[in-house]
Amino acid sequence: MKLKALVPLLLFIVLLVFLGKGLFLNPREVPSPLIGKPAPAFTAPILGDATKLFSSADMKGRVWMLNMWASWCAACRVEHQLLVEMLEHGLPIYGLAYKDIEKDALAVLEKIGNPYVITASDADGRIGIDYGVYGVPETYIIDKAGIIRYKQIGPIIPADLHEKILPLLKELEA
Amino acid sequence: MIPDIGHYALMIALLVASLQAILPLAGLSGNNEKLFAFATPMARLQSVLIIIAFIILDYSFYVNDFSVMYVANTSNSNLPLIFRLAAVWGGHEGSILFWVAILAIWTLAVTFFAKELPLRFRSTLIAVMGLITAGFLLFILMTSNPFERLDIIPFDGRDLNPLLQDPGMVFHPPLLYMGYVGFSVAFAFAIAALLDGRLDVTWARWTRPWTTAAWVFLTLGIALGSRWAYYELGWGGWWFWDAVENASFMPWLIGTALIHSLAVTEKRDAFKSWTVLLSICAFSLSLLGTFIVRSGVLTSVHAFAIDPSRGLFILVFLALVIGGALLLFALRAPSIGLGEKFDLLSRETLLLSNNVVLFTATGAVLLGTLYPLVIDAMGLGKISVGPPYFDVVFVAIMVPGVFLMGIGPIARWKKATVPELTDKLKWASVVSIVSALLVPSVMGKFTPMIFVGLLMAFWVMSSVWVSVSTRLKAIPTGTLRQKFKSFGPAFNGMLLAHFGLAVFIVGVTMVKGYEQESDIIIKKGEIKLINGYAFRFEGIKPIRGANYVAKQGQFYVSKDGKPVTLLTPEKRLYLAQRVVMTEASISINPVRDIYVSLGEELEGDQKGMWSVRVYFKPFVQWIWMGCLLMGLGGILTIVDKRYRLKKKTSKATA
Repeated sequence: MKLKALVPLLLFIVLLVFLGKGLFLNPREVPSPLIGKPAPAFTAPILGDATKLFSSADMKGRVWMLNMWASWCAACRVEHQLLVEMLEHGLPIYGLAYKDIEKDALAVLEKIGNPYVITASDADGRIGIDYGVYGVPETYIIDKAGIIRYKQIGPIIPADLHEKILPLLKELEA
Repeated sequence: MIPDIGHYALMIALLVASLQAILPLAGLSGNNEKLFAFATPMARLQSVLIIIAFIILDYSFYVNDFSVMYVANTSNSNLPLIFRLAAVWGGHEGSILFWVAILAIWTLAVTFFAKELPLRFRSTLIAVMGLITAGFLLFILMTSNPFERLDIIPFDGRDLNPLLQDPGMVFHPPLLYMGYVGFSVAFAFAIAALLDGRLDVTWARWTRPWTTAAWVFLTLGIALGSRWAYYELGWGGWWFWDAVENASFMPWLIGTALIHSLAVTEKRDAFKSWTVLLSICAFSLSLLGTFIVRSGVLTSVHAFAIDPSRGLFILVFLALVIGGALLLFALRAPSIGLGEKFDLLSRETLLLSNNVVLFTATGAVLLGTLYPLVIDAMGLGKISVGPPYFDVVFVAIMVPGVFLMGIGPIARWKKATVPELTDKLKWASVVSIVSALLVPSVMGKFTPMIFVGLLMAFWVMSSVWVSVSTRLKAIPTGTLRQKFKSFGPAFNGMLLAHFGLAVFIVGVTMVKGYEQESDIIIKKGEIKLINGYAFRFEGIKPIRGANYVAKQGQFYVSKDGKPVTLLTPEKRLYLAQRVVMTEASISINPVRDIYVSLGEELEGDQKGMWSVRVYFKPFVQWIWMGCLLMGLGGILTIVDKRYRLKKKTSKATA
């Protein structure tokens, strides 16, 4: 065996190492410029009862989670059950139905359970633009002073909940 | 019920494909012909099962069976039929099934056309293809089952991504996949040769049409994708050096090197290790491309669902297949040897250096594509590598390659001489330098890049002419048609493909050098003069399509008072996904495209005014014409009788 013939294999092994490492990185996880900044204020009609309004200003002094979702979003179904469980454990999640039709959104909540304390409607996506949403689901954790402390892009999986979200909530509540 | 049959078909196919791989390979050591005999029937059975599964999935799209999750996610009952049928490869699960279905087609073809190869070699080849099939089937069944059902059947589907709702979607993926997967034949061939420890000239001849066919598919597939991006993405670009584009371009570059290397192996019995290595690399890069696209390790305009478990599976598969192949290469390549010797100045050397150029270019593209990943993996931050890197590096590497390409076909095999070459090419060099200076003076703008681009294009064109005229002179009698016929399709095909590349370079150079872009604000009834063309805006017309509504701008274009065309760019709102898409309108002509893309209506007191972007793209169609000519050249070489005549004679002697 000549050493020269080994070169392609060695190069490939180096490549494999990097590809393997790359798998566990998320190229889309761009640090959000909003982290550490005040959450954009909004007032929006409450889903199912358009006469009432939900305002982000009402949440001052409380730690809360804002989850942007839609009935047309398949990835949102992935985290849905986890959100329901989170509510059962007393974690307050506020929903924002992003670019959704009211009756579709309500139908989904009725069918598979409602994890939200309140769901506001963002039918034209304006609030989503203020928050820099580029794909639902996205979840924000906002502290007592109204500052965004965390942004989850894509569905929350149990590992995110236990390793990132719960410790952060604990710290913020303290 | 019917979708379940598809699922079962895949499971059985996995079992059969495993047998197709294991039994013949087990027979290798004892030269067991009984075990070899399993290869062909198993391969055929497995291929048919996969094709059945694929047809069943497409049938589910045809009948709008939204109980199948994949159909519900990628289709909609309002989607036109042709896009419903093409939506089968519009998402991850379907794409992978489509990938294996194409592999099944190639496998079937190999079982029918490989009869002239010795039984042992043929069986090994088919077994290697079975190994790849089994790996992909396992991947589908474990992580990406397209037949997964939904408990709650949705009323309607989520619709196909509007970007993909285009005739390009019907043709681009099949062509591209035929190309990608087609390199598996050359790969299996190389592995079989390594396992046997020798590479026969007749085997090389057998592989050539297969490799060229895969290359032709890939060429046309990439060209079609580029053209699609040009008119669909709405900003007039035709190549973005996007990770996924690069993933298809790298196998193309290596495939190009491979078809040249195979030519030398067949004709001169040389470059053997090279040919084997290139065969392995071409398919490895196809697999790597699949990994890049399907695992989401890199960001791309081709954004798909990401799932690390899928990525991990493909990575392990890559490690086994490519790592195994390269290990085998390290162990066995020396026994295959380099083959016949040749002089420093000869057609062999020129082809070898061309291969080195193509190999280096592939390396540069690979480096640029993976660099962001490497930097991120080492914790150095997030960066992106864009066209500035690729344009500069790629052009710098390819220019000497194109220069050599002009000399290669004129040099003699084994030994060429400098006086002979300079004598043949002196007029070609004068003609190309003069033309490359003349064109910019006519166009009214000169830059070094325009000069270099045109010089290369004219150099290749005039060298093609020298090749033709030398050969014509060698045949004293007969009409021009008879003479061309006597050259043989393989030679004509090579010249046509080289000429196609020159046409392509003209297109790229002219577009890069002379394109114009203007942003205008225009209101109804107004006339704007751009580049000597008058654009009259006749307002917005509402349009209703099958699954979208649109605002269509009406632009009457005229030049010197004579009407040229009516351009109707649209802004479409796709109803199911509520996505707004820009649909450009293009006036096509061999020497220039006029490309109009509708922006937004201004707000407030400027209501009624529209922002519009107008591009002039000189010679842009030459880019795709050039690719088409390359593809046609490839097809010509495949039909060369040489490959079939030898078959008959070998049968006669057998």
